[in-house]
Amino acid sequence: MNWTSLDTSIVIVGALCAVACALPGCFLVLRRMSMMGDAISHAVLPGLAVAFIFSGSRSSFAMFAGAAIVGILTAVFTQWISKFGQVDRGAAMGIVFTTLFALGLLLIVQAANHVDLHPDCVLYGAIEFTPLDSVAAFDIGNFTLNIPRAAAVLGIVLLLNLAVVLLFFKELRISAFDPELSTTLGINSNLMHYLLMTIVAVTTVAAFEAVGSIIVIAMLIVPPATALLLTQRLAFMIPLSAAFAAAAAFLGHLSAITVPTWFGFESTSTSGMMALAAGLLFAVAWLFNPTQGLLTKHFRHQNLSQESPPSHSAR
Amino acid sequence: MPPPRNQSKIPHALSAIGVLLLLVSTTTTIEAAQSHSQSNLPSPTEFLQVLTLENHNTRIVVLSTTLLGITSGLVGTFLLLRRRSLIGDALSHATLPGIGIAFIVMVAAGGSGKSLPGLLAGATVTGLAGVLLVLTIRNTTKLKDDVAMGFVLSVFFGIGVALLGIIQKMPGASAAGLQSFIYGKTASMIQQDFVLIASITAATTLFSLLLVKEFTLLCFDEGFAAAEGWPTLFLDILMLGIVTAVTVIGLQAVGLILIIAFLITPATAARFWTQNLKYMLAISALIGGASGWLGASISALLPKLPAGAIIVLVAATIFLISMIFAPARGVLPRYFRQANLRRKVGRQHLLRAIYEILESKPHPLNKPVPNLPVLLANLQSHRSWSPKELRKLLRTAQKEDHLDPAPDGEIRLSESGYGEAARTTRNHRLWELYLIRHADIAPSHVDRDADMVEHVLDAHIVRQLEAELDNHHVTTPVPPSPHQITPSQSSPTT
Repeated sequence: MNWTSLDTSIVIVGALCAVACALPGCFLVLRRMSMMGDAISHAVLPGLAVAFIFSGSRSSFAMFAGAAIVGILTAVFTQWISKFGQVDRGAAMGIVFTTLFALGLLLIVQAANHVDLHPDCVLYGAIEFTPLDSVAAFDIGNFTLNIPRAAAVLGIVLLLNLAVVLLFFKELRISAFDPELSTTLGINSNLMHYLLMTIVAVTTVAAFEAVGSIIVIAMLIVPPATALLLTQRLAFMIPLSAAFAAAAAFLGHLSAITVPTWFGFESTSTSGMMALAAGLLFAVAWLFNPTQGLLTKHFRHQNLSQESPPSHSAR
Repeated sequence: MPPPRNQSKIPHALSAIGVLLLLVSTTTTIEAAQSHSQSNLPSPTEFLQVLTLENHNTRIVVLSTTLLGITSGLVGTFLLLRRRSLIGDALSHATLPGIGIAFIVMVAAGGSGKSLPGLLAGATVTGLAGVLLVLTIRNTTKLKDDVAMGFVLSVFFGIGVALLGIIQKMPGASAAGLQSFIYGKTASMIQQDFVLIASITAATTLFSLLLVKEFTLLCFDEGFAAAEGWPTLFLDILMLGIVTAVTVIGLQAVGLILIIAFLITPATAARFWTQNLKYMLAISALIGGASGWLGASISALLPKLPAGAIIVLVAATIFLISMIFAPARGVLPRYFRQANLRRKVGRQHLLRAIYEILESKPHPLNKPVPNLPVLLANLQSHRSWSPKELRKLLRTAQKEDHLDPAPDGEIRLSESGYGEAARTTRNHRLWELYLIRHADIAPSHVDRDADMVEHVLDAHIVRQLEAELDNHHVTTPVPPSPHQITPSQSSPTT
């Protein structure tokens, strides 16, 4: 293995993306809306198509705006259907995103009559190529520091998410746990819901345009779920999940370039391995966490049965 | 009486429906525009050909999607009731590593790696593993279904992406086409695909119909099922196994998005039409089959349109229509029912208030209460109405012929209004007396409790009340109130 500056910048981009996703992800997990990231990443297709048809180019700003708007609409439609139709939220989400995706597919088939717009190449960025597209370069002595475009975008998104979470921590927390109480306290829980959905949509779109959708979906759910296994306090859960997300990004890229060499292959997809690394961290927490871990409970149980007085264990 | 809770939501609901309708109409316009711009609208003969399934290729596609729609409609109903609609999403992503592993294994064994049964077997294995992992996470941690499904979806799909990354660099193996496995290829189905789909859907449909009772129990009361001695975990696994079979077969035939939609949309649409599970199963299967048939037929007529997308949109349109118009739980019928009830409640409150004011005026005992004009100001202070509310109530009463013309600032009941007022007041008092006698409610509290129920008293219940209260109270046309009415207003009436 030879680690180059390219690898470092891939890990930095991955970690920025992972942490940016994990922050709103905590609230999604608490609100039982974990599948939102997946839904949005499928549903933005018509937004991309419409932006493409109207702007006539693949300029990333128009694409971003179109996708982000449809992403927010996904959340709005889901909310409407589940509220007015009294439908389970998961089902509402599923209906909305499959319909929007189908709509997008139709639009793209139309657009493809004139130009080449394949869903694959619009939808998925690839983290491996992010260092090649840089926005700025600084010379520090004899060393050139390139800032990849993806790092700049994701850095901004991360700061935005951090600002929202810090500013509205109290409001987001109370409306996640007890919407009715938050309403009686004068906090508009609907507004908080849509604020959260907006930052989820913006994060999802920005991130999957830069680095690919699978990292986004995984990092919205898995690090917060891992953190939730380890703590009961939201104030700990958020930094913990950010730490797990960053760790998953590093371990993911490391294993992407090392693990396949053990079997005689060159390397594999970094984004896939980042998702896998996050999953492995989850597995460790699931098995070994000090209070609720599967194996912890098993051993405690064994100890208990050995320690119990013989009069109880007899017969 | 507090106003019905979702009174204020309804305008929002209507605007929501407006936007959703707009969305669907956009789709239709696109379809229309497309067929128009290319001026290849299907001729009647073509239409008939598709309708009668004359073309071999069309026949295979239409029949396959219809069968899949029926089966996933059935299975999806149970998923919806278990609040697990999105399991299809998780499952279909979880099949990717299985496809990758199967490919690697088959290449290592010296094959081309693209044998369909092998890939399907791999997909089924990891799909099942994903489902089992969802169940395990749900049952051993405090995490809920949605997190477990999201976890399985993203991690399994990540593994799959990583495996595909390796496969693409494998020497001597062409991995092209593996990706398209995930997206399906509805229009290019062959006889072999149809046979596979027909046999799997027949088997899964049979299984779910045989296990309807068990699955129903599981859906509605898992704890009770366990206490009754049913193997709930086993049944759960069986149910998800059936879902896996449907998903894998559908994934290959019609694609990821369509199979997810098939598992969710028909069942959710059927929920609006009935409160009975048996009917819901039938309606859901019907909607699934209809959208499969209709969508595939449309796409056969207008070959530029991808079948999968059209089927999803047809199902979504049926869903939207059901959500708005279905009589049992649709938004509009529910709105009208609530509006009706609100009108009835308002009318009865108004009439009773007028009657109570008439009653409080001096009049000879043992004679009916005289029908005199009532001051509006008196009426308004009798219940806490706002002037606007009261004006609206009076307008409605006017329309219903309950009021006679009277000078400004006064109102006067008409003949029918007076009768209705006396009857309403009588029902109210009967119910109050019943509550005091038989439900042990203090006289000072009884008014509000009676308020809640009296609006739904029908003639049959009133007769029952009269029988229960078999004494002099009911011999008078309107019994006296068992408690003080608005003591600040007038002299006590009891």
